[in-house]
Amino acid sequence: MKAMKKLLAVLLTLGLVFALAACGNNGSENSQTPSQDVTTSEEPAASNEGGSTGDYGEFTTIEEGVLIMSTNAAFPPYEMTTDDGSYEGIDVEIAQAIAEKLGLELQIDNMEFTAALEAAQSGMSDMVMAGVTVNEDRLAVMDFSNTYATGIQVVIVKEGSDVTLDNLGEQLIGVQNGTTGWQFCSDQFGDDHVSAFDNGITAVQALMQDQVDCVVIDQGPAEVFVSENEGLTILETEYAVEDYAIGVAKGNEGLLNAINTALAELQADGIIQSIIDKYITAE
Amino acid sequence: MDLAQLYETWKAISVSGGDLTWWQDFFVKFYQAFIEADRWQQYLEGTGTTLVATALALLMGVILGVLVAMVRTAHDQQRPGRRKNPVLGVVNAVFKVYVTVIRGTPMMLQLLIWAFVVFKSRQYTLVGIFGLGINSGAYVSEIIRGGLMAVDGGQMEAGRSLGLNYLDTMRFIVVPQAFKAILPSLGNEFIILLKDTSLLSVISGQELMYFAQAIGTRNYAMMFPLFGAACIYLVLVIIFSWLLGKLERRLRQSDRR
Repeated sequence: MKAMKKLLAVLLTLGLVFALAACGNNGSENSQTPSQDVTTSEEPAASNEGGSTGDYGEFTTIEEGVLIMSTNAAFPPYEMTTDDGSYEGIDVEIAQAIAEKLGLELQIDNMEFTAALEAAQSGMSDMVMAGVTVNEDRLAVMDFSNTYATGIQVVIVKEGSDVTLDNLGEQLIGVQNGTTGWQFCSDQFGDDHVSAFDNGITAVQALMQDQVDCVVIDQGPAEVFVSENEGLTILETEYAVEDYAIGVAKGNEGLLNAINTALAELQADGIIQSIIDKYITAE
Repeated sequence: MDLAQLYETWKAISVSGGDLTWWQDFFVKFYQAFIEADRWQQYLEGTGTTLVATALALLMGVILGVLVAMVRTAHDQQRPGRRKNPVLGVVNAVFKVYVTVIRGTPMMLQLLIWAFVVFKSRQYTLVGIFGLGINSGAYVSEIIRGGLMAVDGGQMEAGRSLGLNYLDTMRFIVVPQAFKAILPSLGNEFIILLKDTSLLSVISGQELMYFAQAIGTRNYAMMFPLFGAACIYLVLVIIFSWLLGKLERRLRQSDRR
């Protein structure tokens, strides 16, 4: 019996060692940043390893044959989870279409918005698609594709509330952590007038309970939130207009070109418009 | 300013797709995260809130913890067979539920419930501090209870036979011994509390993590703000561990060797 126990202990220890070793391997694979991949893809042997050639030029992905997209699936109708744990939405379907064009399998990693951005920068995902908007500061840390949709920042208020764009500065504004809405509002009105939440749904929840006076968020999700929650309405005047783009790690030009080419084709075919129309019904 | 010019030049290169050496890149991101628009002030402001939140939550936790631990120890140390005090029994049961519920649910969940279900208030930071205090109280009470129970029963017997009443024996004989024993665990709890204040950002409490995330959002570069926040937490914890160490040594001075 004692010998058995000893054997078991040895086996367990060995198991642990191998598990750790496996982690180490994974780590080194992941730490291979896409920008390094691009430089090595000059050699023909390397380019075949994790990517493909064709109409879309040479590009490499982190995992061979897989396009990993990081996102924050709490942003309807652009990305949301379904009951069976998979994902749907405009971004998801566009990503699926891009992956098909590039001959890759789409894998979606769902996480916090800020984490999704960081994942693409640090080479844990190939791209981030989460209603990401481009501004100059952001261009310094990652590359962005051409835009595929227009994002409009709107203001959600309670029905009958006297909040307007003009007196926004006197209100407490709820926003989503990491969004341009947060950035604009805190720049314009100061941190004392802004409360940032982990996702838009929490912000809307706070609005329902009068914990904030209004919520500034992208129009797509705003419309879903308003239709799902009674007593809310969207102000007619838009707060800001901006463009959505796909973010990739800085310097990963191969993948960026491939994505842009695929996007252009999808746009020409009208597929992107039909995906958007499917989720956002014209008023 | 020279640095500002340097930053503008290199950032322009980076934005237009040019290559920067790694230290130029490092400088741009560092400048962006800490110096531009005096962003370091935001970290300081956040650190201030973090410290205040820790202090208030700790105070609340210790008061609650002492109260709960006293009642629970008094209840558990009643002699078997002796008629039990019914009021003590009821209060003990209530406190037992409190400890079970608070220890049995995640802190983040508790904060969300306090903020969005119970209080529905705009004072997010205050609600967060309250939630932290309640949470900490449960853990502190168990630490203190452990300390009190660990003091040898003979100490209480000796005190009582010398004519001291229960409270006096506790105050002059049991608690001082217990305090010395639980100080490391209490310090541990304090450090955990300090770091747990970062969860306030979930309910929009404007502490260190909140500002670090806000700054990261501006340029989508999370690494430097996060490392900055990490360094601040680390420095705070190192300072407090050092102070706790001093207190422990001070308390040990009277020990016979």
